[in-house]
Amino acid sequence: MSTPTREDVEKLVLSSLEELGAESDALNPTATFEDLDVDSLDLAELSQIVEEQYGVKLQGEDVAKLRTVEDAVNLITERAAQ
Amino acid sequence: MSPKDTSWPPTRPEDGCALVTGGSGAIGAATVKALAADGWPVVVHYGRGAERAQAVVAEVEASGGTAVAIAADLADPAAPEQLLADAVAALGPVRVLVNNAGITRDNLAMQLTDEDWQSVIDVDLTAAFRLIRPALKTMIRARWGRIVNVSSVIGLKTNPGQANYAAAKAGLLGLTRSVAAEVARRNVTVNAVAPGFVESEMTEGILDGLIDHIPARRAGRPEEVAATIRFLASPEASYVTGSTLVVDGGLGA
Repeated sequence: MSTPTREDVEKLVLSSLEELGAESDALNPTATFEDLDVDSLDLAELSQIVEEQYGVKLQGEDVAKLRTVEDAVNLITERAAQ
Repeated sequence: MSPKDTSWPPTRPEDGCALVTGGSGAIGAATVKALAADGWPVVVHYGRGAERAQAVVAEVEASGGTAVAIAADLADPAAPEQLLADAVAALGPVRVLVNNAGITRDNLAMQLTDEDWQSVIDVDLTAAFRLIRPALKTMIRARWGRIVNVSSVIGLKTNPGQANYAAAKAGLLGLTRSVAAEVARRNVTVNAVAPGFVESEMTEGILDGLIDHIPARRAGRPEEVAATIRFLASPEASYVTGSTLVVDGGLGA
């Protein structure tokens, strides 16, 4: 599995959030999960998608700290590079 | 966010399987046969009853169904996740999970050893959680899943000498309700059944004195519990979640 670029990760996160029901007009890197109406179950499912795609396991405490789309992209990019 | 699909009649995934823990016991075997009759390929988990598990598999196959028996010691912390992986490898994604495996180590609370306590909690409660956790990942992605936890009337009422079993079975009911609320939006239902006194190896020799207390004046048949589980596992039970269906001949009425 090759290491994804930040752009790859951002694309995956945005498309996943849209699949999970976030309004596409509101989706951008600085959008907060609260504004997007993305809750803990959605983030758990996003973690599952990321694990399937990149083999990166995000723990509950990692996910609980995330506030914005950008936070998620940064964390996933960082973990995928490890 | 809540994708809503309320079409009727509801459908179910065409692939995948059902996994029944303790599938070689009385209620487990009846459940395996009921789910196989509904067209599910079934993984029959067993702990020690290899011959009985193979007999259940043979019965399902003789009826035109598909089943495989897989052994696992559910007291081992790593075993539940491995069992799920083995089930997926054998028959595809687990769409229906029936946590039926259970043991008893009866004694008065003041005489229960730590080991008596822990072994019952480990198998009857913790193993169910350890199966639910990985199973949910696939279920929420598929937007379809059925989890049925086999509790007991002992988890609702009381029976002296079974503090460990009562705690585990009551714990299963709390686990059921919490997880049900977490994943309901993904069309994954989590329910419990609470059998009363059912003819099984576990109740052998203790039923005689109890029958008079049961309004139905008889013990339950394993098939009567299995029929309830079969309903909860069906596509039509799509709006039933977080519930406990008591199957006790009126004992708790």
